[in-house]
Amino acid sequence: MATLEIHDLHVSVEAENGPREILKGVDLTIKQGETHAVMGPNGSGKSTLAYSLAGHPKYTITGGTVTLDGEDVLEMEVDERARAGVFLAMQYPVEVPGVSVSNFLRTSATAIRGEAPKLRTWVKEVKEAMERLQMDPSFAERNVNEGFSGGEKKRHEILQLELLKPKIAILDETDSGLDVDALRIVSEGVNRVRETGEVGTLLITHYTRILRYIKPDFVHVFANGRIAESGGAELADQLEAEGYDKYVKGGVSA
Amino acid sequence: MAEAQNIPAGATAGGAVAVAAESTVATRMSAPPSYDVQDFPVPHGREEEWRFTPLERLKGLHDGTAKADGAIKAQVDAPEGVTVESVTRDDERVGKAGKPVDRIAAQAYSSFEKATVISVPKETVLTEPVRVLLHGEGGTTFGHTVFDIGAFAEAVIVVDHTGDGVRAANVDFLVGDGAKVTFVSVQDWDDTAVHCSQHNAKLGRDATFKSVVVTFGGDVVRLHPRVEYTGPGGDAELLGLYFTDAGQHQEHRLLVDHNVPNCKSNVVYKGALQGDNAHAVWIGDVLIEAAAEGTDTYEMNRNLVLTDGARVDSVPNLEIETGEIVGAGHASATGRFDDEQLFYLMARGIPATEARRLVVRGFFAELVQQIGVKDIEERLIAKIEEELEASV
Repeated sequence: MATLEIHDLHVSVEAENGPREILKGVDLTIKQGETHAVMGPNGSGKSTLAYSLAGHPKYTITGGTVTLDGEDVLEMEVDERARAGVFLAMQYPVEVPGVSVSNFLRTSATAIRGEAPKLRTWVKEVKEAMERLQMDPSFAERNVNEGFSGGEKKRHEILQLELLKPKIAILDETDSGLDVDALRIVSEGVNRVRETGEVGTLLITHYTRILRYIKPDFVHVFANGRIAESGGAELADQLEAEGYDKYVKGGVSA
Repeated sequence: MAEAQNIPAGATAGGAVAVAAESTVATRMSAPPSYDVQDFPVPHGREEEWRFTPLERLKGLHDGTAKADGAIKAQVDAPEGVTVESVTRDDERVGKAGKPVDRIAAQAYSSFEKATVISVPKETVLTEPVRVLLHGEGGTTFGHTVFDIGAFAEAVIVVDHTGDGVRAANVDFLVGDGAKVTFVSVQDWDDTAVHCSQHNAKLGRDATFKSVVVTFGGDVVRLHPRVEYTGPGGDAELLGLYFTDAGQHQEHRLLVDHNVPNCKSNVVYKGALQGDNAHAVWIGDVLIEAAAEGTDTYEMNRNLVLTDGARVDSVPNLEIETGEIVGAGHASATGRFDDEQLFYLMARGIPATEARRLVVRGFFAELVQQIGVKDIEERLIAKIEEELEASV
């Protein structure tokens, strides 16, 4: 069973006046089949956690370890992490002009699976996955994220999640900017992947709204660069009622 | 990639984009067009039309010191019905399509010994391309070629430049009424070659002219594709593709002169740059003269900067003397393949080199598909792959 273990992770970014520490010792273990929600106020470092796990060059790991089934994730290049089974659904996916969605998906699937998917079954696989996410077939011929609406970008991210079948899926504010219909469609997509029992999900969100559709096994409150409190789904209800005030005040605020 | 972020002309993105302020095509020239090299002052490098060009690398083409001491091997494959003649400069077809607009073009015109005239008789529809293979064997050569395409004839012309040398040669197209011409010029020179050429196309009524300029090689390549119309209904499509590597200077200076009513033009040039001191220059001038009512024109230049150290100067320029037109527009965008795009593709398991390839292929694919000459399209794709293999 795949397990992602994050231990005492410290991460900095270059700021104007030198490096600034954003993650200050994160401990978190995600097992295949589990869903962890990481919730926290803006600026708490949630997205930094997501991008650091995926290997974004902007972030410097200054301490701690991340392993996937014992393998050192931090030693891997970005593409190696993806091939090892780590997937990041991005909050702001970038445009890649000149590269069609269909070409991109196939290139990616080929890289992740280690061989080119058979054309006929692949076309069917993509078509069905797109239908489930209520994406128009013409989507496949558009350039990656170019001119996509916010909702289209997120659906496209979840489409990749469904096709690439990672061991660990990190969803960085996938819910932000979505209307209720789009949120439901995207959440159903995530749930289909979860129901296979083969993915460990790290759901990063600011709001509790998405948790009505995607039920987490664990909820972690993220504040000031580390996990301030962990609990079950009931912790989300408490956050819904009380907000993040008690975590950002009380002397831990940055 | 930033290319499609539609960075407006004038913005800087990895390379640099310069925009002409208030300049007109006429005032940009240091001298009026002329066949005689003596009518042009020797450029010093600060003139508008020379300011991007490294004069010191032109091997004397610009200042009269270049002598015709070289050799170029020419092979012409002409399908049946096509005639190939070697003529003197007093042949009435020579120079008829347009006058030289700068000193090097005039130098070429003043220096060639014999011109080649390749004719396609009227109403002749060629099923095979006319192929001209020019292989530089070192030294300086001057040349002049005229393609005389009769009324309602249809022809595809492919001119290939390979090898090494210093070459100044102009190419004229006399495109008859209703004729259809596709002209492909491939600059696949060795990295030491210098090539300057003015392409003059004079279009008859309802004539269609498609020019595809492909520049990969050379130390300095400086081309002037130019179009003018002699009757309504003319349609010009000027496509260009360049891949500028470290140390190369590739300059394309286009002019479409809408001087008669109801003609169309579409200019699309795309370039990728990689390596230190790779320098691409694109000047796109479109004139819509007062008489040219009903004109429909668009010009676009896109550049993709793949590495640090490359520079792009892109200057679109549209001058309109009548408002009675169908459409006129221009766009220039220079962007770079940036870390965020690379991260996104890599985060989907795609290795860095493959990611870069995917983006460049995509960038050029649409343009390549518009060429419409199958073997040229395939060759270009292969050549782009080759350039990518060599990428840093």
